[in-house]
Amino acid sequence: MSTSSGTPESWISSFCSLLGHEYFAEVSEDFIEDDFNLTGLQNQVAMYKEALEMILDVEPEEDEDDEEEEEEDEEDISGDVRDGPGGRSGERRHHSRVASDLSVIESSAEMLYGLIHQRFICSRAGIQQMSEKYELGHFGVCPRTNCNQTRTLPVGLSDIPGEDTVKLFCPSCLDVYVPPNSRFQTVDGAFFGRTFGALFLLTFPEYDLSRRGAETAANLGRSSDDPGMINGMFARNIAPGLGRGKIYEPKIYGFRVSELARSGPRMQWLRDKPEDITVLDEARNFAEEHGAESDDDDESMNMNSARHTARRRAIAHARLSRRQRQRQNQNGSPMAVDANGAESEL
Amino acid sequence: MEDYGTESESDYTSYWRDWFISSRGNEYFCEIDEEYLTDRFNLTGLNTEVQYYQYALDLVTDVFDLDCDDEMRETIEKSARHLYGLVHARYIVTTRGLAKMLEKYKKADFGKCPRVMCNSHPLLPMGLSDVPNLKPAKLYCARCEDTYNPKSSRHASIDGAYFGTSFHNILFQVYPTLIPAKSAERYVPRVYGFKVHAAAALVRWQNGVRGDMRRRLRKMEVESGFKDGEDELEEDDDDDDDDDEEVGREHDGAEGAQAQQQQQAVEYRGGVAAITAGPSSSFAGEAQMGSVA
Repeated sequence: MSTSSGTPESWISSFCSLLGHEYFAEVSEDFIEDDFNLTGLQNQVAMYKEALEMILDVEPEEDEDDEEEEEEDEEDISGDVRDGPGGRSGERRHHSRVASDLSVIESSAEMLYGLIHQRFICSRAGIQQMSEKYELGHFGVCPRTNCNQTRTLPVGLSDIPGEDTVKLFCPSCLDVYVPPNSRFQTVDGAFFGRTFGALFLLTFPEYDLSRRGAETAANLGRSSDDPGMINGMFARNIAPGLGRGKIYEPKIYGFRVSELARSGPRMQWLRDKPEDITVLDEARNFAEEHGAESDDDDESMNMNSARHTARRRAIAHARLSRRQRQRQNQNGSPMAVDANGAESEL
Repeated sequence: MEDYGTESESDYTSYWRDWFISSRGNEYFCEIDEEYLTDRFNLTGLNTEVQYYQYALDLVTDVFDLDCDDEMRETIEKSARHLYGLVHARYIVTTRGLAKMLEKYKKADFGKCPRVMCNSHPLLPMGLSDVPNLKPAKLYCARCEDTYNPKSSRHASIDGAYFGTSFHNILFQVYPTLIPAKSAERYVPRVYGFKVHAAAALVRWQNGVRGDMRRRLRKMEVESGFKDGEDELEEDDDDDDDDDEEVGREHDGAEGAQAQQQQQAVEYRGGVAAITAGPSSSFAGEAQMGSVA
């Protein structure tokens, strides 16, 4: 039965318009109809076939082969991962299906839709759709004062359903928050997944993250001629809500509370950011510092005299102590040096 | 407001302060003692700040009996609320005021921290300025030591000066046992399980800052307050770094001295940057930028 044209409102769009489902994108039917995209979901969702039919608004055919997905514990609507094809005894329930099973199928369908959704929003079409929702401010804003209402992204803390509810990831402070409205506390985080938030930022690096959420979509400009690319991100987009001036400083009658006080600040590192963001370009810093010496090492390694070995050891020692002094500059391997060096010239 | 109109007709039936703190949107306020309000010393300077100061004070202390039109009453009412707020900021840093606010804090009357890693830690109201009419009230989480906007617009429109910039810090100085244990637990953005390079680099840097702070505090023999606190160099929240280190060892053969020496650095830093360990492993842990989609 045709799904798209005839019905006034599809199951998918009615699902997405439910209260609390504002974060969901409408998964395209093409995506769902491609079996490849559903790989492995049979085992995760009870009454998979019926649920899939419901999502696609296909009239359920009178059960010819419905034993396939039915299992004994039809009450198991939580959709926990099932251990493969279990006991198959669909036969006896053929008649009771219509009345009681509908709600079971409904919740299975929601589970299935959520799991497809998790995959969909990481696909090209899906992430595009989510970016439109992002621009429209559907995902809310960061509650942190110094983030200035940066738009957030819905994420899960787990990819496995039933573990945690949906959270909001703020790209400005790189932290996750509980959605302000309690209606989202019924939405499973796995329906968005761990990947989406970070993937979104990598996919759309041009968004100006420092813009306020209250500003209209049209204003959400794309930063042009910003030269600074660091670690694969525009420098200005690396945690714009962190760093000096964006850290809360506890004060009593205008005097800052000392770090040495028992009640002094202990968590400022969490909102800190290097003054000079290029410090974070570890690979390039490593290249600049160690590039020459590495060549040295290679040469000396070819000669086997003890004198050279001693010298090498001295270099190594010197390098080690310098490294201890500048802890943050050195997280690159020789290989990373090449790759990142090349990239930064792009 | 509307409610008040009817109740105020008879002066002594309802206490203004009772009504005020129980009305919608004023959940953050505690009740100021009568004695505190009637001690003029506590109100020093407020007469210049509040319009119709005397009437407003009368209203707050339930002795208001001026015959006036609704418009005037409205103005005085507004002044009274402003006055109450300003006195409130002073009152909550007194012993009794702190105790009252502490009760509300324990009941989480001010809401809970929205940050996931804070596990719904109760918040405290605060202002970003002590001067009225400048900045609205914010909420302070003692666990992550950051400030958040109140969820409801009713609370977001309260003047921050009614709580002041000092109250929440004084509370923890007076009740140091209430300081929550700090945690280095945090969110790390990942793509298909791989850390994102830009964010991971920042996290490493921040971990360095934290390590420095803890070292500083240890030198001064000050408690750092981190619950996961034995080894301050344990740093990285990620177990997979250990794997990286292992890989590094396998690969290092040819690199000889250099890798060896890197390994030492790694050990010194307790695995913060195990990523330096192996040439080929460094990228394994992080998804480098690229057009992923």
